[in-house]
Amino acid sequence: MKRIYSVLVENRSGVLMKVAGLFSRRNFNIDSLAVGETEDASVSRMTIVSSGDERTIEQIEKQLNKKLDVIKVKTYDEHSGINREMMLVKVKYNKNNRRDIMENCEILGASIVDMSNNLMIIQICDTPERTAMFLKMLKGISILEVARTGTLSLTKCSEAE
Amino acid sequence: MNGADIMVKCLEAEGVKDIFGYPGVAIAPFYNSVLDSDIRSILVRTEQSAAHAASGYTRAFNNELPGVCAVTSGPGATNLITGIATAFADSIPLVCITGQVKRELIGTDAFQEADITGACESFVKYSYLIRDVEDIPRVFKEAFHVASTGRKGPVLIDVPIDVQQATVKNFKYPDSVDMRTYKPTVKGNAVQMKKVIHELEKAKRPVLCAGGGVLLSKGKYEVLSFVEKHNIPVVTTMMGISVVPTEHKLCYGMVGNNGKPYANRAMNEADLLIMVGASIADRSVTQPDLVTKGKVVVHIDVDPAEIGKNASSNIPLVGDARAIFDELLKIDYEADYSEWLKTLDEYKISMAIKRSPDPSYVDPAAFINMLSHSMDKDAIYIADVGQNQIWSCDNVCIREGKFMTTGGMGTMGYSIPAAIGAKLRRPERQVVAVCGDGAFQMSMCEFATARQHGVPMKVVVLTNNYLGMVREYQHYTYHDKYSVVDLSGNPDLEKLSSAYDMSYIKLTDMSGAQAAIDKFLADSNSCILEAIIDPMDLVK
Repeated sequence: MKRIYSVLVENRSGVLMKVAGLFSRRNFNIDSLAVGETEDASVSRMTIVSSGDERTIEQIEKQLNKKLDVIKVKTYDEHSGINREMMLVKVKYNKNNRRDIMENCEILGASIVDMSNNLMIIQICDTPERTAMFLKMLKGISILEVARTGTLSLTKCSEAE
Repeated sequence: MNGADIMVKCLEAEGVKDIFGYPGVAIAPFYNSVLDSDIRSILVRTEQSAAHAASGYTRAFNNELPGVCAVTSGPGATNLITGIATAFADSIPLVCITGQVKRELIGTDAFQEADITGACESFVKYSYLIRDVEDIPRVFKEAFHVASTGRKGPVLIDVPIDVQQATVKNFKYPDSVDMRTYKPTVKGNAVQMKKVIHELEKAKRPVLCAGGGVLLSKGKYEVLSFVEKHNIPVVTTMMGISVVPTEHKLCYGMVGNNGKPYANRAMNEADLLIMVGASIADRSVTQPDLVTKGKVVVHIDVDPAEIGKNASSNIPLVGDARAIFDELLKIDYEADYSEWLKTLDEYKISMAIKRSPDPSYVDPAAFINMLSHSMDKDAIYIADVGQNQIWSCDNVCIREGKFMTTGGMGTMGYSIPAAIGAKLRRPERQVVAVCGDGAFQMSMCEFATARQHGVPMKVVVLTNNYLGMVREYQHYTYHDKYSVVDLSGNPDLEKLSSAYDMSYIKLTDMSGAQAAIDKFLADSNSCILEAIIDPMDLVK
């Protein structure tokens, strides 16, 4: 089972290590982890996507709550959140595939944000499924570098607080 | 005033009387400031012992105030790690202060620099690296609070030397702690508690399994009163030994792979199992899902993460054991478990561990039983790790006293430094450390500490010239192919005793056991009692 943990933490040095360390120490998976400051500079939000059986899912939440730098943990499944991931892909292009790449970008709402005479950087910001799909569509094209943010997520407005 | 003065004032404000440690340059300002206070510094002979001694110290007085140790940076700090991890595994409250290189050198691989907060992350309850001298009072206040509330445990404070040296104008110790991330639950949920009583009313074969959490919450009296009120049989984990007197009619011994067979059977056959302050770790419950199957399981723990971690429970109840049993005691209900108790009493006889000791040696099981019966009613018995620990757990008699050991981590060498700490905290009590000849040699350097600080020691060494527990494992697993367990080369304990001005008693078989024990306990001097046991003896 996949779960999203939206974790508010104290914005202090060492907190990322403590939270990431918890996952490795307890043998929990991390599919992705994204961190950033919130509207309150003393608080950061970590969005962690993880998976496991029911007991593991419960333990992750409990163990996160045990950490003294963790202010609040919200656990939910993918359908309860608005989930986005941003990805940058640097590809090598040539005359023959340039059109194809541009078409793919158009279909999936990606944009070309930088270019030289044989390289381009494509940016896509979409659900994690669609970013993955986009990467698949680039198969056959020479990908030089990929950078992804990991999933960012907030619970849907319809979800009761 | 400088940061180090403030650190000492913080300790004074917390009521700290003794600290255990080992100085070095990075903690030198602190040890300089300690001279101006009434706090007594105990110089151990290796840093690991500082943590163990601090552990014995706090446990000897119901973990009321965290034990405190202070060591230097780098190797001083890393030597402390095993002691910290040991305390963490058993939820013992400690405040560990480490010196650190000056701030601008952090990260440069400076001399005696170690990332101790990083290294200890997975076995401290919390840790601080103080970067601003103004933070010292708040950090100390928080550290003592965190260590001694909720699920207790060690807290580490790493203080760079230049922070200790920095000038401070005023000192004000905070009156209270304000941590938005830390609010442990103490009171149990009333609905859940009613459910527990309801299940007890329905149950035919209830068993209460008490763990170390009961002792940590100071809930011994409340739990005992509750089981006595309703005649509920009790089994304990290793850390729960002494929650009820070991020879109490409702006590059915320690569970687990090294426990009493009838204790395990009681737990297996119960229709209601109430786990209190026990982590259901692999040594006490080998197959948690099997044990909990087909019965109602109540799990009471102050740490919500313990509930459901290793076994699922029907009624989770988060809170402090003492507070919960105080409430449970107020609810009356009627039930009759006399048939069940009768069955358990039969098991106790038919499933008793039968030993056939070689009479040419001391029988450790009989010896420990005799020793603990001869000790004061309120004595403190500290078992080390190895076969001696299992023989202790299965044969010790604890009445109003305390039983201490390291259950979670199983750290050899715990008993001697812990005994120093315990005796310093409770000089009026009899404190006896029982260890094997392996663990003994891990900590025998601490006899100098005891001698220097005038701490009378009573140490029993069960000598078999083997690392017995490992040898036993190799006996069963590798069919007597022994590998690296031979301890020949052991020191002559008689000569060693005299080197430390200690008395020495040697016991070679059971014939003179009672006389030797009496002499050992009556000796006002520090004393080693060496009991020669069968090298081939097994705990099971």
